[in-house]
Amino acid sequence: MSERNQPSSAPPPSASSEAQAQALGRYWRKNVTIMAVLLVIWAFFGLGCGVLFADYLNEQYSLGGYPLGFWFAQQGSIIAFVLIILVYCILLNRLDNKHHAELQALELDAASKASGGEA
Amino acid sequence: MSVLGWTYLFVGLSFALYLAIAWVCRVRDTKGFYIAGGGIPAAANGMATGADWMSAASFLSMAGLISFMGFSGGQFLMGWTGGYVLLALLLAPYLRKFGRFTVPDFIGDRYALRESHTINHDSLTHRIIYNPARFVAVICAIFISFTYVAGQMRGVGVVFSRFLEVDVNTGVIIGMCIVFVYATLGGMKGITWTQVAQYWVLITAFLVPAIAISIKLTGNPLPQVGMGSTVVGDSGTYLLDKLNAIHKDLGFASYTQAFGFDGEDRSKLLNMLFVTIALMVGTAGLPHVIVRFYTVKNVKAARWSAFWALLFIALLYLTAPATAVFARYYMIQSINGTAAVDKPAWFTNWEKTGLVLWLDNGDGVMRYEKGENNEIFNKGPLPVDAKMPNGTDGLTWDNLLTEHGKWLADPTKGADARKTLREHPKVGATGFGKLAGPDRDIIVLATPEMAELANWIIALVAAGGLAAALSTASGLLLVISSSVAHDLYFRIGNPQASEASRLMVGRTVIGIAVVVAGLFGIYPPGFVSEVVAFAFGLAAASFFPAIVLGIFSKRVGTVPALAGMVVGLVFTAYYIIGNVYLGMPRWCFDIAPTGIGTVGMLLNFVVTLGLTPFCKPPSPEVVAMVDSVREPEKQGPAVMIETADVH
Repeated sequence: MSERNQPSSAPPPSASSEAQAQALGRYWRKNVTIMAVLLVIWAFFGLGCGVLFADYLNEQYSLGGYPLGFWFAQQGSIIAFVLIILVYCILLNRLDNKHHAELQALELDAASKASGGEA
Repeated sequence: MSVLGWTYLFVGLSFALYLAIAWVCRVRDTKGFYIAGGGIPAAANGMATGADWMSAASFLSMAGLISFMGFSGGQFLMGWTGGYVLLALLLAPYLRKFGRFTVPDFIGDRYALRESHTINHDSLTHRIIYNPARFVAVICAIFISFTYVAGQMRGVGVVFSRFLEVDVNTGVIIGMCIVFVYATLGGMKGITWTQVAQYWVLITAFLVPAIAISIKLTGNPLPQVGMGSTVVGDSGTYLLDKLNAIHKDLGFASYTQAFGFDGEDRSKLLNMLFVTIALMVGTAGLPHVIVRFYTVKNVKAARWSAFWALLFIALLYLTAPATAVFARYYMIQSINGTAAVDKPAWFTNWEKTGLVLWLDNGDGVMRYEKGENNEIFNKGPLPVDAKMPNGTDGLTWDNLLTEHGKWLADPTKGADARKTLREHPKVGATGFGKLAGPDRDIIVLATPEMAELANWIIALVAAGGLAAALSTASGLLLVISSSVAHDLYFRIGNPQASEASRLMVGRTVIGIAVVVAGLFGIYPPGFVSEVVAFAFGLAAASFFPAIVLGIFSKRVGTVPALAGMVVGLVFTAYYIIGNVYLGMPRWCFDIAPTGIGTVGMLLNFVVTLGLTPFCKPPSPEVVAMVDSVREPEKQGPAVMIETADVH
């Protein structure tokens, strides 16, 4: 059995590795924030509207022939779940791109500083 | 053409297609065998995940269960879809970035006890002692997969017994042979592409009858809208209102009524909440679903794959509640008040299987309602060592029916079977509840017959049911095979094993697993959905906390994670086995065994996090691994698993 292969994206040991680590920290915090917000929405629609407040919604509102709580338990929550994942994909892929752009800028910056120092 | 002719045609055609795909995609190396070479497009992977996911339980049992449960059936709908949100947000991208074969691989690497280069790999005991987490994870994966696969084989048996008019056991054996051929031949790659085909078969088979019934009953082609519309020929009355009124007349609980916070309702509300959470978290912890996200190209594709999977799954899950309502309506309408001579055809057909039974009270009119006047039952399992009311041995259906026949001819002789069942101390209140009414598993298959749809539609449903059961069974068998051959044999037993011998072991294990699964199908341990629900509880209580904490915490070490997994699993298994098989009372907040996984999961989290401050943090090597899993991939071509180091 060979050794674990090195993480492919480990930062190269350079002056900018500190800044890269910071960029990764920012990326991770944003990722966790997006995740937390979406999970709250998930719990609200699924466990909230579909189970906990379903009785209240059933009595108060209806959607066509559907009592609203029943609709959430058997239709609405599922639609909400699909949309939550869609939003997550779009936001996270955008965040990934931003992070990559940031890293690239850092590398360029470091390169120009290095060449500037030699000149 | 007759239903039987159409069934042979559809089932034959679809099986030929599956086997052809398996042959085209046959593989020769372990990477193709276990993770399809890591190169499946996101949308195709989503479909395969959908087919893998939508088992016999989703296809056959779920709409039936909802049909009997009404509002609270929503726990299955929300539980089995909401889990994908957890999976997409908490697990899929990170596990894909990790990029190894199986779930025990992640747990084994994340919770390794020593740094890998200091481990003495020479002896078996050392490999187990220095990586107990991997060992526990393998055992969990095998245990969960077997619990789950037991439900699938029973589903295959139910379909064959009705539509090919063979014995249930023969049906299970036919299914075993077919799964064996294409699972061993194609491995993950073959299974993935077969599952894409199976997805289309099963979703067509589910949607066509639902749309046809919706048009017939409500005039609206969208079942989701039709369910909330008015009934054709009775304008002004909503279908759901009409169903609620019928339920009230017959003594059943209202179909759409939700649970409040007061009195008896509170326990039902709590149970629904716990079952929903257990199913959600269980979904995210099921090894055969997680492994799906290893088969895509990169992290981005893993995220999109989760989206596609849920979208394709939602197509069926948004239709199932409509099917449930239509089925309930037709079933009650076609049975109640019907004289023996007009007995509906679907009833006669299913009577042969014993999954529905009419015990008349002597007036020659069928009656299905709540309480002692009910005449509709199913020949579910009776207690084995129980006596007949007259004291003779053997409480069997044959004896009950003989006595009932005598009683019908002369009320002073024999015994009313309905009364016997209701009052028998060993059948009791709970057992009687399951024996009253038709078997829940037949509803989806019987609904097109109830609505008197064309023969080809009825046959199509049979092909869809088989596609659903077989696709899930094959995915599970592969997880069992990879758990044994990769995690147990290669990683723990014999790290020097060659590629060829690992494939050999993998294929042999599938063979053994098929036979064991088949035995479960012939001697089923319970209702399809019930058995499957237990697998979820176990997955929720064991894997989910360990994986989530493994990604989102760098502090949690081996000992706490291991303790958490063991506590969660043992507690959940103990409660389920005790409640279902040993007659233990529901001592934990009156929670049903299907919902106990939620408590097991909470216990797992509490134990793990509680022990963490007192235990060693993970090694720098492991922390570096967590960092690399959290970092998004570089742009450009992703690291492909093919080119990665074989470990």
